[in-house]
Order: sequence, then C-alpha cells, then structure tokens
Amino acid sequence: MNGKLLTGNVAAAAGAMLARVDYVPAYPITPQTEIIETIADWVREGKMDSRFVQLESEHSMLTAAGAASLAGMLYTLEMLYNVSGWRAPMLLANVSRGVAAPIVLEPDHNDVLAARDSGFLQFHSETCQEVTDLVLLAYRVAEDRRVMLPAIVNLDGFYLSFTREPVVLPEQRAVDRFLPPYEPVGPMRATKPVSRGSSVFEGHLYSYFRYNQHAAALKAKEVFNEAAKEFEDLFGRRYGPVEGYMLEDADYVIVMSNSFTALGRQAVKRMRERRVKAGLLKLVMVRPFPTDEIASLLRGRKAVAVFDQNLAPGSGGILYPEVAGVLYNMKGRPDAILPVVGALGGKQTSAKELDAVFEEMVAIEREGKPPAPMFLMRRDEMTRVKKMVSVAEGTG
Amino acid sequence: MRFRTLKDMPKEDYFSPGNTLCAGCGGILAARIFHKVLGPKVAWVNAAGCMTVTMSYPLSPLKSNWLYTAFAAAPAGAQGVRDALDVLIAKGKIPASEDMKVVVVTGDGAAYDIGLQSTAGAIDRRLDFYYLCYDNEAYGNTGFQVSSSTPYGSSTKTTPTTAAYPLGNTARKKDLFEVWRSMKAPYVATLANSHGLDFLRKVEKGTGMSGPKMYIALAACPTGWGFDSRQSIELEKLAVATGIWPLKESVDGVVRHTVVPRVLTPVEEYLKTQERFSHLFEPAAKVDALAVIQESVNKYWLDAGAREGFQVKVPEPAAVKTPSR
Repeated sequence: MNGKLLTGNVAAAAGAMLARVDYVPAYPITPQTEIIETIADWVREGKMDSRFVQLESEHSMLTAAGAASLAGMLYTLEMLYNVSGWRAPMLLANVSRGVAAPIVLEPDHNDVLAARDSGFLQFHSETCQEVTDLVLLAYRVAEDRRVMLPAIVNLDGFYLSFTREPVVLPEQRAVDRFLPPYEPVGPMRATKPVSRGSSVFEGHLYSYFRYNQHAAALKAKEVFNEAAKEFEDLFGRRYGPVEGYMLEDADYVIVMSNSFTALGRQAVKRMRERRVKAGLLKLVMVRPFPTDEIASLLRGRKAVAVFDQNLAPGSGGILYPEVAGVLYNMKGRPDAILPVVGALGGKQTSAKELDAVFEEMVAIEREGKPPAPMFLMRRDEMTRVKKMVSVAEGTG
Repeated sequence: MRFRTLKDMPKEDYFSPGNTLCAGCGGILAARIFHKVLGPKVAWVNAAGCMTVTMSYPLSPLKSNWLYTAFAAAPAGAQGVRDALDVLIAKGKIPASEDMKVVVVTGDGAAYDIGLQSTAGAIDRRLDFYYLCYDNEAYGNTGFQVSSSTPYGSSTKTTPTTAAYPLGNTARKKDLFEVWRSMKAPYVATLANSHGLDFLRKVEKGTGMSGPKMYIALAACPTGWGFDSRQSIELEKLAVATGIWPLKESVDGVVRHTVVPRVLTPVEEYLKTQERFSHLFEPAAKVDALAVIQESVNKYWLDAGAREGFQVKVPEPAAVKTPSR
C-alpha cells in the first residue's frame, strides 16, 4: 500500500483530476470548500487540465455543469431534475451537512436524500479511499451509453471531508484505460443543431421520457457491476452496490451508509463477543436502489434495523420504508424491521447507542413485540440539552 | 457598415413560420431579427417564458441549437455552453468551425426578476454571450401578471384595476438598462422592432465585442396589452415617438441615444391604444396619473438631452401632481 494521507475533500478532488475532468463549475460552502480550493490550485498550477469557474450560486453551478456536460444541495434541487432530464452524465460530489434551521455544520443525509427522486445516481462513501474510487466508478457508469444519467458521490462533512485517511491513488494510465474519453450523444453543434429540454405538453410523452429515465437508472446497477469487476482487476479494490460485514450467519443485521458505518462495524464486533450473531449491510449505491441485493442478503434474518441518519418529520427515517418495501413481498422475510433514527447533524454516536439497537432487535425477536421506532439520544446529552434550553429561556 | 438601409436585413430566416406564439408577438419578431444578424451558428439558452413553449416536442421552429434551463438560471446555462465550446475547441475535440454564438433569450420576468442574480454572475465573470430580453412588461406566458418591468399605470392580472386601486400597477418600471450598465456590462442596448435599422446595427455592433452583450427589446404583446395583433409595429413606433421606450446604447458605460424624437408625441397617444391602460381614460381621463407619466418621460429626455447635448421638445402635462404612494 502506497497510501497517502488525504482528507475526503482532497480524495474527491483527486478523483476528478484522475478522471481528467474538463470542466469544474463550483461554488463555496462548508464543508466542501476544500474540494474546490484544491481543484482551483491544481488548475492554476497547471497540474490539472480543466476549466475552473466559480459561479454565484449552487443553482447556477449545476446549471452550468449540466449545460456543459461540486453543495447547497437543496438550493439547486430544481436543477438536479433538469440535468438528469437532459441526460447529462455529470458528477456532483456532495459533502453532506445537516439542513437548517437550526444551522449545523456536521453531517446527516437529509440533503443528499432530498435528491433521491431527481434521477441522479447515488453512491455513498464510508472512507476517503471510497471517495476517490467511487468518483471514478460513478463517471464510468454515468457516461455509459446504456445509462446517460448524472451521478452524486456522497461523503460526510467533517467525518470524511476534513479527516485524513490513507488513500491509494490509482495510476493515471490505468485510470485512462478504465475511463476512456467521453463521447457525447447528440451534442449541441453549430452544424447539427439540437433542442434540449423541449416542452412536452402531453402526459403520455412525458411518461415515456420519465420511464426511460427510470429504465436507465435501473440499468445502472448492471453497468456498475461490470465496471466494478474491471475496477477490481485494474486496482485490486472490490466494490458492490451493497457491502456485507459478518453477514454469513448473522441473525441481527443493521443497515447503514456513509462514514458512520465504521461505528456499526465496531458494534457488530462487540455483539459477536457477546455471542449475538450480529451483522451489517452497508448501502454503497442508493440510486438505483439495490433491491435484489438487499433482498437476498436480508432473507431469513431474525431482525433487521435500518439506521437512518436523516429525519422526515411526520414520517421517520427516509430509508426505512424503502428497505421495508423491498422485504415485504419476499418469502423468508425478517421477522421484524426496526426503524432507527440517529446521528442527526453529525451527533456523536456512542458504542452504547449502537449496542442498544442490537439489544432492541434481540428483545423484539425474543418477546415477539412489534418494533417501535428508536430515536437515538443519550441521557447525558439530554441533560446538556436541558441546561442549554434553560440558559436560552433565561431560567438557567 | 453591413447595414445601410433596412433592405440590408438578411433574407435568411432561422425561425420557420408556424410557431406557437401569438400573432403579432413582438418577442418572436425580435428573436428572428436578432438571429438574422448573428447568422446560423447560434446556441439559444432559455429560461421559462413564451419562447419556451415554441420548442414543443417533437417540433421546433428553430434551425439552430436550443437549451431550456430553468427560470432563474439561463445565464448560468450560457456559461456552461460557452465554457464547453471553449474547452472542446481548445482541446481539439471539435473544430473551431463548430463554434457558436451563445444567446440567452428570456422575457422580462426572468430578466428583471427571478434571473437577475444569475445574470449578475455572468456579467461579473465577463462571460462572452448575448442576452436578449424580449420585454412585454409583465409575465406574459402565464397570462399577464405584474413584473418589475410593468410600467406605472398598467393593469395586470395581479394588479387589477378596482375602485380601491384605480391605477392598476403603481410601482415604477425597473431600469434594467441602468442595472446592467452599473454591473459593468461592456455593451447594453435597447431595441424596438419598429426601428429595424437601429436594431440591426446594435446587434452587429455587439458581434465585434467580447464579454456580455445585453439587449432589451420592446416586445409588443397583443394578448397581454390588449390591442389588435396587426398593430404591433405601430405601437412600438408610438412607444419610441412618445419617448416612453428610449432607443439607446451604452459602450463601456458611456450612454448614447441612438434615436432622438425631437418633438415628443404626448404619452396619451401611446397609452390609449392599449387595453392595459384603458382605465386611465375611462370612464373619465385620470389626469393626474397621465401627468405623472408625461412628467417622468419629459424629465428623462430633458436630462438625457442635457447630458448628451441634444434638444427635445416635450409636451405639456395636463396637470402635475406627485402621486401618493
């Protein structure tokens, strides 16, 4: 391993450089600014042969990116739908951050999951190495003629963006083999004009184009698997739409994504020491949703917990119903699916909290009680919250 | 000079007949003339508006490229197209002969209101593009609601004339020409379809410059303004003759009026031709409001004449009174 210590942000920038990205429209926002500062440096130093343009908003940034074929994700939400409708295979690195109000800097996934229905493919990274690798894989899948959809690579703010981890940067020559120059389909040319984003005033036409987008997004899984195999041959690292950890004989499985998955792995190990057959399923690909993989890996388990690092007020976690939907019509489905919401705004998540999730799964299974949603918060945290509230109210 | 008389207007038309816009639309006419000057190699970048609905799958009246972006973001789309062309040509991925002129086309809703931020960004970055705003002084495509381009005294669907609001819209029309000029756009010009030669020459002038080239074209709107569609050109002529629509340009911030109406026609002559102003005359003439409009036109031209050294004879307003706010 010739790993260099890189932050998640620099790992994302490195992925863009290795992918020989021609064009980087950008807009600064914590915690992703280091990505665009790094790329701006490389471009100005001549290390990266790209055009870097800083726009005046995320909304404009994405418009320019899509029109040419990194986030205030929500401000540009409208343009996510447009760019995927243009079938422009660009890449957006999203550095997750909890959504205001109240303002917070650290991550949860309400931002990136708000884009779940936009037509962008989504790949979520646990480590800085995955950031670089998924950038390359995402470009490869997005640009495939069978797909032609834009993609998001997600990395958690702070936990990855500002954390240095060893990253093995792939050789440029190998990357060039893996990621050949992009050949656009029906590009805008002076001598061969096209119209993009035309209006369609009839529902059946609109439905046709929307179904096409869905079919392409579904196809992206097969294309990803092909690309991942070639990636493994070239670079030695294996990726799949999902990743299992100690799943073989697991009775109790927690479903997680992104950087907090590392904490889930530790919880699994602790549970195993206590002779609880625990396991973990990590979602790497969130769009398309890896239904078959989830179904086959969760079949026959006693209980499953879906750890949602996001909150849909009035509903609960966003991924829970998606996972439950996959499992419902399956033979041998788990006896219980436990909804868990935690780590909002990057809230520190202790060993005890994750252990409690497994303990709850075991209790549900043993006592046959229906799973009640868990919202993780420790007593000592709640004591601190109450103190703050009393200060704010002038009674502390 | 390429354009000596109106007969020099290029014969080629890049919009096919039979598009979906209203008969007598000043907006599509402005886009047609604009395109004639720029020639065939054009990429239009559009924000939501009347033009948007002309590109209705699978048909297009346009012989050049078209990209619809979103209401607030057309200049950012132009940035992407311009940068893509530059990068592809520089890297030898497409020949230089594939280069195009990148033109943002929007109505006043996008230009004056929701898209002003992205326009400001494109001007700041000195993006090499054209902006054609066809100004029909309201949100025409959605049925004529007030925009910040709507003039004082115009009724619109969201500023209707009622007993409590006898004048309709009482806000003043935003001076987009000055907004763009203050942002240091190297070229800013106003256009009217009725003054074709002036129109042609200004677009031609822009082709010799790099950076943002900004145009505001008066777009007579038969359905929104309420007049017979045959009268579009006549109305635009009157808008210029009354001094309500000044034809001018700014080169690196220096303003020059390109058509000076030496004797201004009274504003009533223009206002009374249109349904949107009909409440100013019926049931009885609203003398104070008409005076406010005439006064503001007079002041504009007297100030401009003093700055540029020309004389304009202005009509006497029927009455002078500062309007209550």
